[in-house]
Amino acid sequence: MAATATALDPRSGAALEKLGRWLDNRTVLSVLFMFPAASILLVFLTYPLALGVWMGFTDVKIGRPGIFIGLENYISLFNDGVFLLSVFNTIVYTVVATIFKFGLGLWLALLLNHTIPFKAYVRAFVLLPYIIPTVLSAIAFWWIYDAQFSIISWGLSQFGLIDRYIDFLGVPWNARWSVIAANVWRGIPFVAICLLAGLQTISPSLYEAAALDGANSWQRFRHVTVPMLMPILAVVLTFSVLFTFTDFQLIYAITRGGPLNATHLMATLAFQRAIPGGQLGEGAAIATAMIPFLVGATIFSYYGLQRRKWQQGSQDD
Amino acid sequence: MTKITRRDALIVGAGAVAGTTLGVPQAWSQAPTLELKVEKGASLRVLRPSKFVQGDETQWLENSKKYTEKTGVQVKVESESWEDLRPKAAVAANVNKGPDIVYGWHDDAHQYPEKLVDVTDVANYLGAKYGGWYDVCKKYSMRGNRWISVPLGAAGSKMVYRVSWLKEAGFDKVPGDMPGFLKLCQALKAKGHPAGFALGNAVGDANGWCHWLIWSFGGKMVNEKDQVVINSPETIAALEYAKQLYETFIPGTLSWNDVSNNKAFLDSQLGITNNGISIYYAAKNATDPAIKALAADIDHANYPIGPVGKPTEVNLIVPAMVFKYSKYPNAAKDYIRFMMEKEQYEPWQDASIGYFSQPLKYYENSKIWTVDPKHTPYRDTLKNMLWTGYAGTPGYASAAVLADYIMVNMVAQAASGAKSPKDAAAEAQKRAERYYKV
Repeated sequence: MAATATALDPRSGAALEKLGRWLDNRTVLSVLFMFPAASILLVFLTYPLALGVWMGFTDVKIGRPGIFIGLENYISLFNDGVFLLSVFNTIVYTVVATIFKFGLGLWLALLLNHTIPFKAYVRAFVLLPYIIPTVLSAIAFWWIYDAQFSIISWGLSQFGLIDRYIDFLGVPWNARWSVIAANVWRGIPFVAICLLAGLQTISPSLYEAAALDGANSWQRFRHVTVPMLMPILAVVLTFSVLFTFTDFQLIYAITRGGPLNATHLMATLAFQRAIPGGQLGEGAAIATAMIPFLVGATIFSYYGLQRRKWQQGSQDD
Repeated sequence: MTKITRRDALIVGAGAVAGTTLGVPQAWSQAPTLELKVEKGASLRVLRPSKFVQGDETQWLENSKKYTEKTGVQVKVESESWEDLRPKAAVAANVNKGPDIVYGWHDDAHQYPEKLVDVTDVANYLGAKYGGWYDVCKKYSMRGNRWISVPLGAAGSKMVYRVSWLKEAGFDKVPGDMPGFLKLCQALKAKGHPAGFALGNAVGDANGWCHWLIWSFGGKMVNEKDQVVINSPETIAALEYAKQLYETFIPGTLSWNDVSNNKAFLDSQLGITNNGISIYYAAKNATDPAIKALAADIDHANYPIGPVGKPTEVNLIVPAMVFKYSKYPNAAKDYIRFMMEKEQYEPWQDASIGYFSQPLKYYENSKIWTVDPKHTPYRDTLKNMLWTGYAGTPGYASAAVLADYIMVNMVAQAASGAKSPKDAAAEAQKRAERYYKV
């Protein structure tokens, strides 16, 4: 039979042996093993990113290819008040929301770390805000903040605390605080559950030792919990900052960037200009302008909080 | 391919002449004809704006079914929310894949004209048969001598008010001039029935009334040569007026989107607002008897006319576009034609009580406009409207300026006092110039 004949063919035997030897080579093998993952990264990550960066240097519009225009988009953006406002908004949004998310998230994690009845259920319950699709919770917040139908305003007026409804989304700073509150509400579970996982890896013997040394609960928190939690804190902080900085859905569903562009984030502005506005090049430039901020935030939160010596109890150099 | 014989062209021409003067169509011997060879085995994907009134969608699907029964062409109709329709159409144009027909917004067709199938034959046929197109249709749908889209109609926006409250404020009808209109809003506010016009990033309502206001005083984003001229004394006068008008508003309009005024109006918090016929429709068809009772007290009026002395409305026009990537361009064109024919168009307008007004003059005579006098103001939507990007050319820059809410932001800034009218106009000028740069 043909198959048998081929297998017995001395030439093919030699080829197979050669292939086998080739596959034994560690370099070849590692390249081969990495190929699937690398190709996924290249196709789905590197290529779109590179394309986005490239488009930022062109004047491409929807339905029309562009030409290279160098830094023109960026120069024009730096003279654009709306863009600068969106940068300011994004920074305020990220910094304030992250501080609250971490403060409250850590608190929640510490509470959940205690022995409480129905622990598993309570923990699952806490995750709910994170599980609900963002758009749904955003629409709920949109109603909560409505100028005419806000349940908060209604409640307060029922108690006689206010005589006119609060204009949550119609006044620039009110609107900023409102969307930050919505983001915090949504983001706390992620932080809390991650930090809870970190808390559970801390060996109880460390607390016992500290207690024997006479440490009070604040000192135990300060000198045992915080240092031991620092590695995971760094990772969670990095992710949280990235998610918050690039947030889109909440803003788009609640305010669409209004009032007077007071809640436009860089991501929402990039979308508004690129897709409904058709200015793909400019939109891409705004999106690309987010990269330095993101890299900076990542470096700060990752390396800044990962000073190993300090974690291990000795002084920093 | 489309086959128009020389005879057809003559007939279309003759129809056009007759159609402008007479109520057409008629069963004349020389009625215009259009022969489109529908591709064998064709099927169509159609994308359209999601319904604001139920009757619109129900009848549309009914008409599509009728088309399938007549031609064998399967039609899949998809709806997209208003805000997402534009991006979706744009992406389809960019990647050359997607629905065969998109019923988009405004000047979408001018964003990617080279991606669209020439529909001149359909437009000429329909124009000839149905009394001609309103002028604004040509602005939106023509590129040179070619039609690149077929206007379906426009979701008209009018003043919507409570009749009894108007009377309470001492008015029988909405004044047709700007000072009178301001007085009305002030009187309504004094009686506890404030006005409310969206100033948030609301595609339809905010763009609608802000453009009307600025244009009515003679301000405009660009002149006929596409030079940005928004920072003008006329604009500033309009913004001064906006400031006074804003004082009569209900709180919160800076955050309003397209549905906010509907909600507030139906909750009896508003005396007057600008909207499509959807508020009236919602009241009329409400299951809640309290809301149903409102219908009798709701009426509509045209926007007042400003110092320029002519109507300066802008409404959400819907162009039907056939993309070149479609495998069945003739079927697509034929479907568009079919939906515009009297047998389909009138029942569709009826079902949505005229939510979309016609682009073809013939349909002015449709009974929907007179069956209830409250419908009548919406009849002249396309007759009275100007185009986005007025007085310039629709295109990339006008679309970008609209998407960036430059006009709305300017009015909102000046009205709310966040900026002086002068500063707001200067900022708008600067922002618009970025897009209209040579």
